[in-house]
Amino acid sequence: MRAGALAGWSLALLASAGASMAHAQGGDAVKGRQLFESRCVGCHSLDQHRVGPALGTVAGRAAGKAPGYTYSPAMSVATHVWTGDRLQAWLTDPEALVPGQAMGYSLSQAQDRRDVVAFLQSLAQARPAQ
Amino acid sequence: MSTIVTIPSSVIATPASRRGFMRSSGALSAVAVALLAGKDVLAQGMSADVTKDVSILNVALGLEHEAINAYQLGAGSGLLQKPVLDIAVQFQGHHKAHRDALIATIQKLGGSPVAEKKLDDYAKALNAGALKSQGDVLDLAARLELGATNAYLGVIPSLGNKDLAKVAARLAADETMHFTVLTSALGRPLPAGALSFGA
Repeated sequence: MRAGALAGWSLALLASAGASMAHAQGGDAVKGRQLFESRCVGCHSLDQHRVGPALGTVAGRAAGKAPGYTYSPAMSVATHVWTGDRLQAWLTDPEALVPGQAMGYSLSQAQDRRDVVAFLQSLAQARPAQ
Repeated sequence: MSTIVTIPSSVIATPASRRGFMRSSGALSAVAVALLAGKDVLAQGMSADVTKDVSILNVALGLEHEAINAYQLGAGSGLLQKPVLDIAVQFQGHHKAHRDALIATIQKLGGSPVAEKKLDDYAKALNAGALKSQGDVLDLAARLELGATNAYLGVIPSLGNKDLAKVAARLAADETMHFTVLTSALGRPLPAGALSFGA
């Protein structure tokens, strides 16, 4: 019981830290979740690979390496990690970041990009340590 | 009711060059496009622009495969009652027409259409096991249709060919119609503001 309470407290602390970090980068994770629902779910979900790979664990993940998803040849040989900056660059112009990749979609508004990235990062920061 | 999706002949009969893409002429029905598929071999010498367009069209085709299977899961769930079931089947028919048109176009551009997965794969990806009521099915369908609307609108600027951009816009219009009907069936309000799609 005590361990469970501690774990819950730790998770809450992590989530709080994650939210603060997200805001520090100028993004609103709550708005990002709404944007994800309207703009991204056509191809993506958080926990299942669909037309696009699952994105619940994308923040901090090696690009093109999610197990079980078949990437484009260009993305499969990408070597970067999905940091906040890389995610912002991807959502701005995927082709500029990884020429030959398959996503023809971008977010034109900088604030929208910051919000979506804040949301994705908040998911990573709320995860228990592996 | 049947739906005919038309692809401009300037797209399907184009040589593998951007300049050739821009010639515009009439339009062909999806059936005509399908009949023409495979008659010409354009795979050799595809330009980077064409390759990119084919890549985008294949993502669109993946969406259509998923939509067809989502409606199949809904129709086969036993959760949908008439007349909702009939509408779901009709919408599935629209997506099949989209699929056929996209496959024909991709092939005419010299690309390889992405293959459909197994129904069970879509069931897992869409968490179909969680569907317990007609409302659940309609909610899933509405989410997918809204996502598809925004996806089609979102790829328009990335398409190198204006005729393909128009096709994407027409596909988005169909998805918007589906979303609107599903939203109404769920008893939800329509979007309050203007320009809510694809922003």
